[in-house]
Amino acid sequence: MNIVVLCKQVPDTESKIKLLGDNSNYDQEGIKWVLNIYDEYAVEEALKTREAGKAAKVTVLGLGPKRCEEALRTALAMGADDAIHVEDAALDGADAYATAKALAGALKGVDYGVILCGKVAVDDDMAAVPQMLAEMLGIAQVTVVSKVEIDGASVKAYRDIEGGAKEVVQAAAPVLLSATKGLNEPRYASLPGIMKAKRKPLVKKTAADVGSSAAENKTQVSGWSLPAARLAGKVFKDGELADRVAQVVKLLREEAKVL
Amino acid sequence: MSNVLVFAELRGAEPKKVSFEMLSAAKQIAAATGGAVVAAAIGDGLSGLGAKLGAYGATKVFVADGVAKYSTEGFANILAGVIKQENPAVVLLGATAQGKDLAPRLAAKLGVGLASDIVGYRMDGNKFVAKRPVFAGKAFTEVAYLAAPAIATVRPNVLPVGAADGGAAAEVAVAADCGCAKAQIIEILAGASKRLDLTEAERIVSGGRGIKDKANFKILEDLADVIGASVGASRAAVDAGYADVSMQVGQTGKTVNPTLYVACGISGAIQHLAGMRTSKVIVAINKDPEAPIFQVADYGIIGDLFEAVPLMTAEAKKLMA
Repeated sequence: MNIVVLCKQVPDTESKIKLLGDNSNYDQEGIKWVLNIYDEYAVEEALKTREAGKAAKVTVLGLGPKRCEEALRTALAMGADDAIHVEDAALDGADAYATAKALAGALKGVDYGVILCGKVAVDDDMAAVPQMLAEMLGIAQVTVVSKVEIDGASVKAYRDIEGGAKEVVQAAAPVLLSATKGLNEPRYASLPGIMKAKRKPLVKKTAADVGSSAAENKTQVSGWSLPAARLAGKVFKDGELADRVAQVVKLLREEAKVL
Repeated sequence: MSNVLVFAELRGAEPKKVSFEMLSAAKQIAAATGGAVVAAAIGDGLSGLGAKLGAYGATKVFVADGVAKYSTEGFANILAGVIKQENPAVVLLGATAQGKDLAPRLAAKLGVGLASDIVGYRMDGNKFVAKRPVFAGKAFTEVAYLAAPAIATVRPNVLPVGAADGGAAAEVAVAADCGCAKAQIIEILAGASKRLDLTEAERIVSGGRGIKDKANFKILEDLADVIGASVGASRAAVDAGYADVSMQVGQTGKTVNPTLYVACGISGAIQHLAGMRTSKVIVAINKDPEAPIFQVADYGIIGDLFEAVPLMTAEAKKLMA
């Protein structure tokens, strides 16, 4: 059985987000690009599964401009076997639907039992591509997975729901699993791993190859804005701590009216 | 063509609060589209949903009874059936564990677009335009739809609940699914916490690196008990092993939206602030007067959390008594 891992390149979570002058998008100037953290969990789980002898090959699949190659190379350096990069200006601004359709197209002819991916990309926070892809491929899905047992065609996944509870889901391959924090601790790419990654196969596919483009979009994103600045409030630093705490609790009831 | 359909998610057999929030929004959307509010509910042993959902504006409720367990495919099939029959302009689901799993699958099945986790909307004539956070709230975007119906998941605790002054809605029975989904829930493991999920909580007490040990969360639990709060944690606290990952607030954890957020020993890293900055009132307790959390806090107390939090618990107890 082979595993495909979806990989997206996103701004580092420590990035400060600024907007372009016309509010048409965020400003990508000076952004540090990284492999989406949840996709790292997915890559790690795929590698662990292969190392346990339960999978033969790990292929990473990404969509995006030229720079996304770095994210795919990161996954290859961690230990993935090969990569597919869907790169085409016709996919610039592709929404979740057009992206899922492109990924489904890229998987035509690819032999897989499990698709692993992050539960969400920490840029657009849409958390939709995995489920849309599963529907388009007609396969089972389990999202927000914090533990999984993959044994041949049988997959048992623990899905995080509200309040720390978990749904235990049984599914047969092929199945798509979206990873959340807690699944594992992703390994760092070793120096030999990074050197080896440079020579691993990375296949490019165009919009025409995968049969999708931004013309397939079902939504249109516009009107970027920043949250209203939160003004610093009252800070209580002088006097007895007990008095200061009592003052704050009183204000929470009388001024803020939240207690 | 102009109705608004709300998927009324249930906890047991009762609608979740977010279901009422969505119905109240749907009433306003339907006023602009010139349609009616309809609802759909799926569960087991259901009764009285026509009255419960009608009170908040539903005029018709599609009920699929006898479905004991959630499955993505089963629920998507039932809802897709209702949508094809009813042909609504807008479909709303809660941005809950279930709604977030289900809505994208439903959208792909229908070949339409989705906006996740919306926190607002506006009507552009009779067209629904969603507003949603990106980068965990560091920015917002507007999403317009190029296909109908427009599907959105709505973040709990954001949109107001309107008056419950509507009459009972007509109930329409919908056939339950075959239960033959490719993925089946075989067991549900209860969480350690009996508290409300952070994403639904009205009040949150959160601990950071300053809490120093897993056992010390007890003092936050004590305050949470008194003020009826859920307990959260920063990434630093989770990564240090002080708190379970389900408690993490921030860009790589949960985005929360309570009326009161008490940050204890949390410095206020940018990725944490992203997850809690929309809290109505923020209280920060920290030893370090330079901590960035004070720049967003409505009330800041500079001091040791191990002294300040028990004092706050005692004060709150007097107040709530």
